[in-house]
Amino acid sequence: MRFYQALLLLYPKSFRAEYGEEMCAVYGRRGASRVSAVLEVLRNAPAAHADILRQDLRQARRSLARTPGFAIAAILVLALAIGANTAVFSVTDYALIRPLPFPHSDRLVHMWENLPGYSRMELSPVNYRDWKRMTNSYERMAAMVDMSANLIGQGNPERIDAESVTGDFFSVLGVTPVIGRSIAPADARNDAPLTAVLSYSLYENLFGGDPAVLGRKISLDGSPYVVIGVMPPDFRYPDRDAELWRPLQLPPDAFEDRNDNYLRVVARLRPGMSLEQARAEMDVVTGQLRRQYPRELRQHGASINLMRDEISSRTRLLLVALDGAALCVILIACTNLAGLLLARALARRRELAVRTALGAGRERIVRQLVTESLVLALLGGVAGVLVAAAALPLLTRLMPTLPVSGPPSMDLRVLGFAAVLTAFTGFAFGAIPAARVCRRADLSDLGDRSHAVTRQTAGLRSALILGEVTLSLVLVISAGLLLRALARIQSADPGFRTEGVLTLETPLPMPKYKTLAKRDAFYRQVLSDVQALPGVSAAGYISFMPMTMTGGIWPVDIDGKTLDRSAGHSASLRFITPGFFSALQIPLHTGRNLAESDNTNTQAVAVVSESFARRYWPGQNALGHHFRFGLRDRTIVGVVGDIRVRGLEGPSEPQVYLPYVQQRDDELIFYAPQDLAIRASGNAAALLPAIRRIVHRAEPEEPISHVRMLADIVQTQTAARTVQVRILGAFAVLALLLAGVGIHGLLSFTVSNRAGELAVRIALGAQRRDILRLVLVQSLALSCAAIVLGVVLAWGAAHAMQALLAGVSPADSATFLIAVSLCFAMALAGSLIPALRALRVDPLTALRA
Amino acid sequence: MAVRQADPPPPESFLPLPVATFHILMAVADEDRHGYAIIQDVEGRTGGDLRLSAGTLYRTIQRLLEQGLITETNERPAPELDDERRRYYRITALGSAVARAEATRLAKLVRLARISGFAPEKA
Repeated sequence: MRFYQALLLLYPKSFRAEYGEEMCAVYGRRGASRVSAVLEVLRNAPAAHADILRQDLRQARRSLARTPGFAIAAILVLALAIGANTAVFSVTDYALIRPLPFPHSDRLVHMWENLPGYSRMELSPVNYRDWKRMTNSYERMAAMVDMSANLIGQGNPERIDAESVTGDFFSVLGVTPVIGRSIAPADARNDAPLTAVLSYSLYENLFGGDPAVLGRKISLDGSPYVVIGVMPPDFRYPDRDAELWRPLQLPPDAFEDRNDNYLRVVARLRPGMSLEQARAEMDVVTGQLRRQYPRELRQHGASINLMRDEISSRTRLLLVALDGAALCVILIACTNLAGLLLARALARRRELAVRTALGAGRERIVRQLVTESLVLALLGGVAGVLVAAAALPLLTRLMPTLPVSGPPSMDLRVLGFAAVLTAFTGFAFGAIPAARVCRRADLSDLGDRSHAVTRQTAGLRSALILGEVTLSLVLVISAGLLLRALARIQSADPGFRTEGVLTLETPLPMPKYKTLAKRDAFYRQVLSDVQALPGVSAAGYISFMPMTMTGGIWPVDIDGKTLDRSAGHSASLRFITPGFFSALQIPLHTGRNLAESDNTNTQAVAVVSESFARRYWPGQNALGHHFRFGLRDRTIVGVVGDIRVRGLEGPSEPQVYLPYVQQRDDELIFYAPQDLAIRASGNAAALLPAIRRIVHRAEPEEPISHVRMLADIVQTQTAARTVQVRILGAFAVLALLLAGVGIHGLLSFTVSNRAGELAVRIALGAQRRDILRLVLVQSLALSCAAIVLGVVLAWGAAHAMQALLAGVSPADSATFLIAVSLCFAMALAGSLIPALRALRVDPLTALRA
Repeated sequence: MAVRQADPPPPESFLPLPVATFHILMAVADEDRHGYAIIQDVEGRTGGDLRLSAGTLYRTIQRLLEQGLITETNERPAPELDDERRRYYRITALGSAVARAEATRLAKLVRLARISGFAPEKA
């Protein structure tokens, strides 16, 4: 019999209480076998639970339909809260949590050289060779160079993102092609035939998915490459745009200069080897190299990072800040709903007491209340997933490119998260009211309301609302600080004027344009034709448009002093055509502009930025001074204003501009100007067709890519921040509104409960002022407590995200003041209606009731 | 507090009845019975073909009570025959109507089956 009693535990408690004893009696008289008893219970117990669920659902539907306003508001709040969290989670998961799509991706590392001021610098080929030879922590090590290529002969010339990679590249990553083979060490020998591996999308675009693609030829920068393989559709490395991989053939002279850094290095740690061990070994290796090459590698060091951790700490902070904000929103939503449900449950206490009296056990009532909150949560969760799906494209703009196929999406993981969050939320805001009601669902409620209990409940609700207001204040302050940071960054002067400047890239097909004469002819023809277009006031070429490329940094050598490559002694190197300064309206302070007449037969000259002149010749005229830079001695002929080459945030190196006509054949060919800036009055973008024709006439094999307004390039700098501030701002507004609703609910509850007391006071001659004070004191006390707490928490949060604040103080008093005033305003607005209602209490009616 | 009774739903809305439900209604049609007596009655009526388990019985009873097809009675049999733990159930007017509707439905079904040539032996 005890066995059967134990089995009965599987039934709902209420069912067991009702029929358990009789069922035991029946079981005893029937004497059925244990097996059949188990089978019977397994069949009937879940069905009994389902019966109750059906009943509770019906009840929930009815009770929610009775108060549709409440139901809709609750579902909306939940949808926003769950949606916000789901969307933020999907991006966080994509960027910070889920493993990268490579086998044993936790063993993949990126390796960089470092110098004071530069934590991540590419490697020079000779250092790469030495690191590879001298270390033992790695199973394999490979190098790559991002070398975009002009794809010609397949319709219009096209610029594609191509990577030149060493023979170990694919085996380091552990990925194999779907068709053919990947690049082998033999392909990277200097005498090997030119081969290429295609991305799946390029393969589909070029060959329409034709399986007989192997051995076909494509033309890159005028040279024929044989297709040897096609990678799987989800292979995207080193970033989403990579479309083609070809062997990196390094000629012997590439290994001469230890400071010619351009290789990105990826390696796979040996199994069981920790990152710390690898770093320790590398310290030894770099130490040896420093001793061996004291001149070139005086400050040489190495950074080794897990591939997963290479997302910049700023992006991580950005996402963590959003996660925190989303968490605040759902906590506020939960406390708010808990408060509302509590009030609702108390309003229904007579109904619940009647049900208790009719024999419904405590468990049934709790169960029904929790079912009701779960129904709300479920509806909110479904709507929340829709909200998240709608918000995702916006959030994706926060992300740096990751070696993962495609942007983050709503997959099963994300839906699972939403489901768990929904269930958790339903329990979180359903449990408190249920527990509270359960404690006191007794017959006393059939009689008069009990004031002690009401007071207790009001205390609980006050605590909930204190939490809400506190959290919303934290959100408002954080959003405010970030908004100020954004404004500060956006108002930073880039050093050039963006209005009406169209920029585009015309990448020169390379072997063909290795000679200066060929490039010169091209620039002259394109620039003179472009300048003849109506409305164009200036046009000029540069190696890389500001803010589009942060590299190209070279050490500066003054008067034969020892080479020092740290940030304090480097400058950005750019070749330009003379029209560049006027195209960007970079002011010339002293001296002259670069000119066509500076050529390879005359003295090598340079125009430098003001900070460059100030650094080396403070208080002097820099004109006429010499320095060694970019392989040559240069003489300063002009000084121009500084620009922010590295973007609006953080410092930029001083700039050195060299005349394109002094860039000899084959010299620093990577820096051959190919970014064109055109300043035009009116709609610059309308000139594009004409510009395309001009470029095509000058060089039919020339693609045009990256067509953008200069203003957009600058704006891209703050795009991620703008998105973040918008989202945080939306969260903060939502939180404030919820807190306001919470205060309103609490005070209405108090006023209706104290109607009797207020009536007595009014009858005894209390003034309107006194009544008003009575109500407002509660709301003010709550707000003040919340503001003290919130200010302390926000101060902590602001310090944690100081790196995002771009110099705005984490204790910025203006932001704190505005946020606190907003909070007060919200508290006041929330108190208004209940306060007015308290004033309108009619002593006669209230006392009679 | 007077609770306004809603109109009862039409008997047809309960059809078709699960077999166990129909048998339980038949068991309490002629006299009030407690749970175990219902099991015995059904078993006897079907010649041992249908043996209700305690779980099925009480789950069905719970539902029939909720739907108002049966009711618990306060009338007890003579004390020497009674066990006070037992509860007795009685069919309601609605329950009778539903059982009748189910019988009619089954009779129609049998008539149709007969026309189709599935003629059972006349009882």
